[in-house]
Amino acid sequence: MERMWKIVVENWPKLLEGLGVTLEMTMIAVVIGFVIGVILAIARVYGNKLFYGISTAVIEVIRGTPLLVQLFILYYGLPPLGVNLSPFMAAIIGFAINSGCYQAEYLRGSIQSIADNQMKAARSLGMTKRQAILQVIMPQALRRVIPAWTNEFIYLLKYTSLAYIVGAPELMAQAKFIASRNFQFFEVYLVVAIIYLVVVLFFTKLFSMLEKKVEIPGLEWVR
Amino acid sequence: MSENRVVLRVENLKKSFGDKEVLKGVSFDMNEGETKVIIGPSGTGKSTLLSCINMLVTPDEGKIWLEEEEVTSAKNINRIRQEIGFVFQDFGLFNHLTALRNVMVGLTKVKKVEKEKARELAMKELKRVGLEREAKMYPAQLSGGQKQRVGIARALAMQPKIILFDEPTSALDPELIGEVLSVMKNLAESGMTMLVVTHEMGFARTVSDEIIFMEHGHIVEQSAPEEMFKNPKNPRTKEFLFKLNELYGE
Repeated sequence: MERMWKIVVENWPKLLEGLGVTLEMTMIAVVIGFVIGVILAIARVYGNKLFYGISTAVIEVIRGTPLLVQLFILYYGLPPLGVNLSPFMAAIIGFAINSGCYQAEYLRGSIQSIADNQMKAARSLGMTKRQAILQVIMPQALRRVIPAWTNEFIYLLKYTSLAYIVGAPELMAQAKFIASRNFQFFEVYLVVAIIYLVVVLFFTKLFSMLEKKVEIPGLEWVR
Repeated sequence: MSENRVVLRVENLKKSFGDKEVLKGVSFDMNEGETKVIIGPSGTGKSTLLSCINMLVTPDEGKIWLEEEEVTSAKNINRIRQEIGFVFQDFGLFNHLTALRNVMVGLTKVKKVEKEKARELAMKELKRVGLEREAKMYPAQLSGGQKQRVGIARALAMQPKIILFDEPTSALDPELIGEVLSVMKNLAESGMTMLVVTHEMGFARTVSDEIIFMEHGHIVEQSAPEEMFKNPKNPRTKEFLFKLNELYGE
């Protein structure tokens, strides 16, 4: 315990810097991933054959291959083609696309759980399909996806630790650096594990507050 | 108000789902201010007929006119749908919006009415169905009867030329049916053109101008209510009315 505390005291700037990079990568990737997810999900549920096909193909390829392989392709595979990405950029792009595909699938499930009569009622008022999706379907689907989306956020936050392999200076990379100097592997990684845990718990709480805040009156979960 | 101005004309409407032919050539007219009730056993195409009228279901054959405009060949069906109110069996209220916003949303988003004006119009319609005090409630906080009245107010707010009711009371508890029927009765009396699919024979008898009996995708018989109930011509109509009478016994 004392040794762990000492590690924190001696290395807090490094740890903080790593945590900063981790959070930055997570936030940027999750937001870009959200945009990708919304587009893919809508294309998959409401798109014509072409959009449905493209969206399905992208989702299946990304979900069907390891994230680490995707990162390696972006970081090591693209330079010969003339595209040089910094470790940070490669990681963000990889995480955003990967997360986008998972978010799309969660959102698709959520959209499809919205009763059929909502779309029908919207169209009967003269709304276009686009208006119906934006005004009626999405506001409900987005509320309903929050629990699953929280899960995805947490996964992503932890998966950003893979970025150390391509050399992005995130929390895990900093830990490795610290441990390689003091050889206290157990303590250093335990400290890092605790940091991840605290951050995850913080965001879990935050999103559960958000869930409650946007709850539709009369449809609350019985607690 | 001229009693003979045709608001809706349905001509030889046909629709199949797979090899099941649900509508086998249905034709009828609705005059302005008229209330017609469609009755018949379940699965005879009554709901499909209503959904075809505003093209929520695309008919295979036949033509529909709303006043002078052909619905079935319309370039912009969304504009025509604004003029055809639709009241659903399962209400179809937007769950994430208050009663007031449910009634407003068609005005603001489809008709592009300015927000304050839309709120005013929506409140007026909510008042008309007796729900001004429930304006801020969400659908899940309302009773079935209240939900359906919001559904009616939402249709009314668009100032439609006709309102289609698809079994509006079938999902309601018996004690809530009355409040919805009385709103509909008031509407009929105020001169709204209404086409109602229902099993409520009391409503059919006292409010409608004409009853259409449908079976197996055909109109079997259509006549004024007293004629239909006292003197049904077709044996199938007779049988159906007899069964209903046994069921609901009057």
